[in-house]
Amino acid sequence: MKRFAMGLTAWISVTLGLLGLLAPAVAQTTDADYQLVIQDHRFQPAELTVPSGKKIKLIIENRDATPEEFESHALNREKVIVGKSSATIFIGPLKPGRYPFVGEFNEKTAQGVIVAK
Amino acid sequence: MLGTLVIVFREVLEAALLIGIVAAATRSIPGRNRWLLAGLLAGLSGAALVAAFADVIGSLASGIGQELFNAIVLGIAVLMLAWHNIWMASHGAELAASARNVGSAIRDGQRECSILLVVVGLAVLREGSETVLFLYGIAASEGAGASTMLAGGAIGLTLGVAVGYSIYAGLLRVPMRWFFTATGLLVLLLAAGMASQAARFLIQADLLPSLASPLWDTSASLPQSSIPGMLLHSLIGYDARPAGMQLVFYVIVLVLIAVGMRLANRASPSSATMRSQLNLQQKGLAS
Repeated sequence: MKRFAMGLTAWISVTLGLLGLLAPAVAQTTDADYQLVIQDHRFQPAELTVPSGKKIKLIIENRDATPEEFESHALNREKVIVGKSSATIFIGPLKPGRYPFVGEFNEKTAQGVIVAK
Repeated sequence: MLGTLVIVFREVLEAALLIGIVAAATRSIPGRNRWLLAGLLAGLSGAALVAAFADVIGSLASGIGQELFNAIVLGIAVLMLAWHNIWMASHGAELAASARNVGSAIRDGQRECSILLVVVGLAVLREGSETVLFLYGIAASEGAGASTMLAGGAIGLTLGVAVGYSIYAGLLRVPMRWFFTATGLLVLLLAAGMASQAARFLIQADLLPSLASPLWDTSASLPQSSIPGMLLHSLIGYDARPAGMQLVFYVIVLVLIAVGMRLANRASPSSATMRSQLNLQQKGLAS
């Protein structure tokens, strides 16, 4: 059991060490902010044009009283935005193309697309 | 109604599959059911709390609180699953080999069970809080469709639980000789998939570089919104458009746990003899 515990301690140390190695890679710069608004379970604008090849800081403001989940399989992103609040999501850098997204909690009306040019 | 069904099903599915696999993996541990139930209840209350304070969590750390919270919950779950697998690698054979040894294993078994409680609790907490928020949104909008939508949610919940139970029942039919290999492998892949998801949240919060985004795109051949895509996502962490960093996390966790299991297996002198004993017993039973 003691040997097992020692082994486990060593194993955890290695894990944390590896995470530490990854940490310095964190610092990156962002170029610009882009805004989306959710109102009456719809995105405004429904089509947002962003530059390709750059990381984008997307700020989504939910003006509805109910929560919404921003979800995009194309962008590989999901985030819950509670009612009357804003959320930040980082996306990209994107290749030129169209990236649809939805508000998962109101998928019929809450639809939009990000166009990378 | 169908939309609600699908959303609730998808949230429940991930937790249900995890519970099914973990419940099967720990079937020989005494008192396991009580701990499972406790984990489930703790997870549900936690989910309600997280949903109630979603705005507070979201606004923490200048707007990336939700990503940090998810990544931390996933990270703890990965550690617990790793511990479970490594512990099983050194004790599993003993537990399976004989009921006579169970007395001495109970103390260790209790610790293992508290791990079980945390893993189940965290899975329910994470998936449950989103479901609670979603259903709250429906209930709050006073549309006439609210009750049919909630009925859709109930069906989604039932279907999700049914899939979780199926994998549990299926695993119990696996012959004892392969059982620990099978559950060990499933838990290993679950943990790696969770690590990949944690990486995705950290990329979304801009705390990690994506390395390549996406590394590949299989959304046309196997979309993540399809049933097979959903199942593979929950079971082995399949992602139709993963970032490079997700794969890095996946592989590192996979290798670390596999190495940990191997070391634990070697370090426990009893496991090898127990396993051969177990094989003999089974051969004896078979002949």
